[in-house]
Order: sequence, then C-alpha cells, then structure tokens
Amino acid sequence: MIVSIQLNGKKIVDDISPDMTLFKFVREHGCYSVKCGCETTNCGLCTVFFDGKPILSCAMLAARADGHRVETLEGLQKEAEEFGQFIADQGAEQCGFCNPGMIMNAIALFRENPEPTDDEIKRYLAGNLCRCSGYEGQLRGIHAFMEYKKQGGAACE
Amino acid sequence: MRVVGQRIRKKDAMQLVTGKPVYMDDVAPKDCLIVKILRSPHANALIEDINIATAMKVPGIEVIYTWKDVPNVRFAQAGQTYPEWSPYDRLILDQHVRFVGDAVAIVAGENEACVDRALKMIKVKYKVLPALLDYHESIDNEILVHPEDNWESLYPVGADNKRNICSHMEESHGDLEGTFADCDIVLERTYHVPAVNQAMMETFRTACYIDTYGRLVVLSSTQIVYHVRRILARALGIPQSKIRSLKPRIGGGFGAKQTVVTEIYPAFVTWHTKKPSKLIYSRYESQIAGSPRHEMDIRVKIGADKDGTLRAFDLYNLSNTGAYGDHGPTTAGLTGHKSMPLYTGNMEAFRHVFDVVYTNTLATGAYRGYGATQGIFALESLVNELADILHMDPVELRLKNVVREGMVMPAYFNEPAASCRLDECLVRAAEMIGWKDKYPCRDMGNGKVRSVGIAMAMQGSCISYVDVGSATISLNEDGSYRLAIAAADMGTGCDTILAQMAAECLEVSVDEIFVSGADTDSSPYDSGSYASSTTYITGQAVVKAATELKKRICTLAARMLECDVDDLEYDGHVAKDIKTGKSVTLQDIGFKAQCFNDLALQVTESHTSPVSPPPYMAGAVEIELDKETGHVEILDYAAVVDCGTVVNPNLATIQVEGGLGQGIGMTLFENIQYSDKGVLRNNSLMQYKIPTRRDVGTLRVEFKPSYEPTGPFGVKSIGEIVINTPAPALAQAIHNATGGYFRDLPITSEKIAMYCLEHENE
Ligand code: FES
Ligand code: FES
Repeated sequence: MIVSIQLNGKKIVDDISPDMTLFKFVREHGCYSVKCGCETTNCGLCTVFFDGKPILSCAMLAARADGHRVETLEGLQKEAEEFGQFIADQGAEQCGFCNPGMIMNAIALFRENPEPTDDEIKRYLAGNLCRCSGYEGQLRGIHAFMEYKKQGGAACE
Repeated sequence: MRVVGQRIRKKDAMQLVTGKPVYMDDVAPKDCLIVKILRSPHANALIEDINIATAMKVPGIEVIYTWKDVPNVRFAQAGQTYPEWSPYDRLILDQHVRFVGDAVAIVAGENEACVDRALKMIKVKYKVLPALLDYHESIDNEILVHPEDNWESLYPVGADNKRNICSHMEESHGDLEGTFADCDIVLERTYHVPAVNQAMMETFRTACYIDTYGRLVVLSSTQIVYHVRRILARALGIPQSKIRSLKPRIGGGFGAKQTVVTEIYPAFVTWHTKKPSKLIYSRYESQIAGSPRHEMDIRVKIGADKDGTLRAFDLYNLSNTGAYGDHGPTTAGLTGHKSMPLYTGNMEAFRHVFDVVYTNTLATGAYRGYGATQGIFALESLVNELADILHMDPVELRLKNVVREGMVMPAYFNEPAASCRLDECLVRAAEMIGWKDKYPCRDMGNGKVRSVGIAMAMQGSCISYVDVGSATISLNEDGSYRLAIAAADMGTGCDTILAQMAAECLEVSVDEIFVSGADTDSSPYDSGSYASSTTYITGQAVVKAATELKKRICTLAARMLECDVDDLEYDGHVAKDIKTGKSVTLQDIGFKAQCFNDLALQVTESHTSPVSPPPYMAGAVEIELDKETGHVEILDYAAVVDCGTVVNPNLATIQVEGGLGQGIGMTLFENIQYSDKGVLRNNSLMQYKIPTRRDVGTLRVEFKPSYEPTGPFGVKSIGEIVINTPAPALAQAIHNATGGYFRDLPITSEKIAMYCLEHENE
C-alpha cells in the first residue's frame, strides 16, 4: 500500500507492506536513532513523535501514520544536543542505547511542562528503561538542564 | 594529577546522546541476508528427521542448515582464555537438543518475512526424551545431558559428563571441624538465587561479511573480539588468519556478551554463502536462549563465639549450568573466593566445595558479579541473621571481623589486602543511612514499616595469572596520539578512562588522544572486557606503553636538538635543550618521525598480573514496606566504595548506581520460572520486570579510595562489585520490617504479603 508520511519535515511517499511497523519504517528511511529493546511495548527505546506527541513506534503500524507528521531524534538534533550535554556531563549516557528514546520523551515532557517536579519526571519517563545507569545520573542531568533553562538557556523548541 | 581523577565527558558522549548510528545494526551492510534460528520445543530430544525441502521453496530463502551440515567439532561459547575451564560441549547445530530453545536449524533469506515463513515450514521429527529439569537431581541421574563421547574438558576442574557434572572442586584451610566444635555457636542456612538475566537494552547481535581478501569479517556486539576470533576459527574449522573480529559501540553487555551467543550462526552462513548476513536476537530469544547468571543453592555455615568473633566458614554451592557448561566452573569458584575473604579478620578455618551440574534448562554464562553475587547474598544474609541471634548490631559485628589493610587472605589464594578501606566504607555507609537512629525499624502506624539493612561486598580486578591487556600508542605527525586497544567499551567508558591514563603519562589532554578498537586486525591482543579487568590490567599496559613512548619521543627530540637526553626538558608539547635554550615542538617531533627516522614512535606493551586486588564496598538501604501489599519502596540507598584511585568520578558513580539498580531488580522483581515441560515463562520484558526509574529510590554514592600498589595510578576495579550488596541489604531490611528471613530470590511483594498474612497475629 502507498503511504505518505512527513518524516522529520520531509514528505516520504512509499509503497509498504500493510503489516510494517512504524519502527521499521523510520529505520528503513535512515532514522537509526530509533532503537528496539523489546517487542512488548515495555522499554521506550522506539519513542518517536507522532503529530508532535511521543508514541512507541514498535506498537504502531506505519500505515496509520499515513498523512501524519513523524519526528525522530534525527529531526531534533539541536534539542538533542542542548539537553544531551547535561546527560553527558554526568556520564549518564553509558552504553547510550536507551538515550534517544529517553531524550525524545524528555523533550516532550519539557514541552508540556517546563518545570516538572521529580515525581512528574519519574512518572513521565517511567516507560523509558535504562539498564546501565540506575537512572540517578539521568535525573541529575535533567536537574542541571532545568537549572540552565532557568538561568535563561535558549528556549527549548 | 591533571587528567586522572577528573570528571571528563565520555569520548563518545555527544554522538550517543544525539542518536548517531554507531551500533551494529546501524552500521551493518544494508544488503545482509536475515538469519534466524529454528528452536527446539522440547527440553531433551533427538532429531530423528528434519525435512527442509518445502521451506527451501519459499521465495527469497538462500540457505537452510541443519545438524548434518556442520562440523562435528565441539567447542565452548564462553569467552575465556585458552585452555578454557568451560567444557567443549557444543556443536554449531546438534542432533541432540538439550533445552527448550536450543538451536535446530539456521535459516537465511532475503528478508524477515520469508525467513519467518520458512521457519514454519521446516518439518522436524523429534524423539522426545525425558528431561532433567531439577538440578538437585542432576548428579548420577540416569538422564544424561551430555552422553556424547566427544565431549571434552580441557582443564582439570573435576568434570564428568557421564555423571552430569560440569565441575567439582574443593578447597580448605585450617582445622575446620575442630574450630566449629570449639565455637559457641554454629549457624547454617541455605540460600537460592535464580538464573537472572543481564537484560542489556541492546539484545545479542552479529553481522558478517567477506572482505577484500576473502576473509570473514565478524561485526558483533561483543566484549571479547579476540575470543570470538579463536572460538569461531575452531567451530568453523578455518584458520584465525581468515577471520577479522571487531565491535562497534555496544548497547550494554554486563557479561552477557562475554559469551559467543549469536556470532557462530551468521558466521557460518556468510562463510559458506560468501554473502553478508546478520542475526539480531529478539528480546524473547535473548531471554530464552541468552546467557544468564548461574542459578545456585548456596549453603553457608559459620562458627562464631558469643562475643561475635567469626572463626570458621564453610560454603557449599550447587550451581545449575543448564544445558551447556559456559562459565560453569569459574563462576562457582568465585562464590567462595569472593565472599568469605571479607571476614579474614578472625578467620581460623574455611572450606569451599562446589558442584556445577547440567540440566535441560537454558545454559548460563557471565553476569556482572559472576558467582560472587550469589555467595555474597548468602554469606552476608547469614551474618545478619547471626547478628540477630547474638544480639549484636550488624555493623559492630562486621567491624569486629572484616578484612583490613595488610592482612593476608587465606580464602583468597593467600593474596594480601594491600589496599583496603572496607572498615571505613562500612562506617560511612551506616552513617549516611542514619543507621544508629533507624536500625532496625520504625512502625509508621499506617500499616507501613520503615527499616534498614546493610551488607558488604568484594570482587577482583582481573583473573590473576591469566588476563592479558595490551595497548598500542603512536604519535601522529601533528602531535596527536592514537591509542589502540582490544578492551571493549560497552558503555563503561573504558575508551575515555584509558585515554585519561595515557594523557596523564604523556602530559597532554584527553582530547589529544583518540582511541581505536576493538578490532583483531588493528588492536593489540587483549583478553577482552570482563572480570573487572580493563582499568586495572589494560590500564597498566597503557601506562607502560605511554611511558616507553615518551622516552622515545625524548630520544628523538635529543637527536634533533643534537643534545644529551639528560639535558632535555619536556612538558608534553615542547622539548627544550636547557643548555642551549633551543627547542622542538611535539609536532616537529611527529614530522621528524616520518622522515629519515628509524626510531618507531609507536609502542605496544602488554600487562598481566599474579594478583587480583579486591575492591570493597558497603551498601546500606532504607525501605518502607507495606505489610498489606508486601510492596517495598526503596527510600534511600547509600553505597561507599573502595575501588582504589577513582579515574573518572562521573563514570565510577554511574557504574555504582547502575549496578545497584540491577541488584535491586534481581532482589525484588526479576524472576525465572519454568513450566514442568521446561519452558521458560519470563520471556519478555512484560514478564521479566527490570526496574524502572520509579523503582530504584534515591541512590547515593561515595568513595573511600585506597591506593593499590600494583594498579596503574593505584586503581582497582568497579564494574562488578556494585551489583553485590542490594540482595543481602534488602533481605535484611525486609527482615527488620517483617521478622521473616527471605532466603530465596526474588523477594517479591507476594512473598512478603503472604508472610505478613501468615504471621499477622505474632
Ligand atoms: S521497542 Fe520496546 S517499547 Fe518499542
Ligand atoms: S545507557 Fe545503557 S541502557 Fe541506558
């Protein structure tokens, strides 16, 4: 079937198999930041934005994205860098495999709620698993990022 | 020190946080054949007939291999130095399948869809055999997991496949029975740890292709590029010179990728078809056919005096290695070697005996902690129980008996504790958690109880007399350096840490050194990244290489300046003849090295060690336990670690926090359950619950760095030890809240709630 998906601002028209997941679609179109850590919607590694909202691309058919906007970290490089440097300053990126999904979701969180409490952060990002960091370093990085924003760092988005 | 000890960003940090394509499946050739494995539905069976004719007709299928197509040469998948302690008990594909999930056929085709179709069309006739599922019944059972005659054990580890024994070893010191008889109290308990999974976020995976010279290139998510090469050469029956093994970035390993779990299948496909291929395990496959921790029963017995003097220790562990013996003998050894020496203080006698046995369950492997985790859970839990019986504070009891700097540890190969601040770690962890006020518990009056628990841990810093680490450092023309290693940065940051050490020696910044590897074609030999060895062993090789290279740089500079080396002043960037005031820059020297020069500004050094200095730590936890639901909330976890010199405090801290997280998961949620047919039920992240960020509580980490004289800059290790304290510390906190002793992991909410219900009226 033919779909037309706006991927990171670029319109892509493709003939796909109806059972293709959105995860597979974005990777086949070069968005390698999107990872898979499970097949059961448990890990959050495959997070992408669907019309601006974070979703799990392993659990959505590409066909459903027909006519919609999809963004991956490839399309959000500036935000990724701006936020990611605070994770890097903690050494909390470790193996890094979970990072793109977590950072996508963190960007979404800050768009919705620029000054979340720790509890709100943990709740929002609860679906983003990380096996390396124990999460504490990610939280420190998030705190440092929020502090930098408070001090007038460039606007997010 | 300028660079060692600094919080330096990981060299790959910004690439990782911006999601750049650096992992195996991001960089694998795009036209790979997709490889998948047909797996056995039976725990023990013989393949009577296997028909691939229909499956081969599926459009797009390239090739299907069965046991008839592979060499009849047994090998071990465990990534260990030759001669491995692990038995040679595997074939690439075997007519005899030994666990539910064992490989039956390899299918390769153009795309996933056709391979999936073909998998369903292979017709297999099994002769189903009775399965041996309970490891308590393994020894001398009439069901033999490995009846074959070409099974081989290379090392005298007491193995006997005709008795289902992968290893049996004994070790003792002092008059054990006499000391027990003389003790005021002797306490014995048995503990159980299941075969928990590493659950690294990137599952097992490998891609293979043929290079310009017709050689096999193996691009794998592995911790052990050189062992991969050696193991594949044997299994495929081709010379090592025909194989290049390399790793890209790795999405986590934790020991899982110290075993050649996936490599052999695409390697076989590519070697025979000469086409690129790749195999990516699903999470399901990683759970049911991966390489988890060894399930163990650990029976510990301690002899003590009333005043809390711990005098005699006896530890027996029965380890379930599953269907294959990878890492079986070695893990079981650590269960004793890396637990009992904690109590060297007043130890008069000890004994350690273990059996490692085969069953028809998933084969096990290496997981952070590697046997020590199981031993420490048992020993530390028993010491906590003993403290209750003696009415002593568990912290005081430990302080009376811990190993202290300068002691010789009979239970640790008589190695000296040359660097040890364990006592201070313990005192500080207790202080951080508020032990004096909070031990044992406080009833919050709402059905909830707050309580605390504490435990100690140790590990090693390499495999003594075995591990080899190497480093090649070369000066580039522009004055920058290349550091080539075959140690594998799996997120731990060893690329950066080793560059920090080189930078320190060469008097430059970390940014002036780039790191390459791990690649058997271009990196000097290294056993690989496991056994907590990289910083300690490869680090020392880096120091040796950098020191020698600096010497050569000065020699060449002296030649250029026509002066005596002794008259040279060198600051890392400029060499100056103090007599004449003339100088040359590092760049000048770099260019000179490329022109009419016979002094190589490239040095390779190796290092190995006769000792494996233990890092030590203490962990203390405060929990809030809901007696009605059994829910345990971790409020605070204080960890204090003596890992020797801390090379990069950021990365060391994250190692600790990550290890605590895994330890917490293993203690409270992560379970392995089999059906009575031997089917593993916890086969996804839905059933196998690893901690989320809402489950770990607040983790606080401090260091008490000792100085290890045999380590580069005084370092020991940190990678593994950090997983060892949560199980005993949490078990004690749960005991202090409920009164129950939980000796079987995981201590789930259900178990706690049931216990509270049964003891409601006490
Ligand atoms: S891959 Fe795990 S949630 Fe999508
Ligand atoms: S950094 Fe490795 S899984 Fe999060």
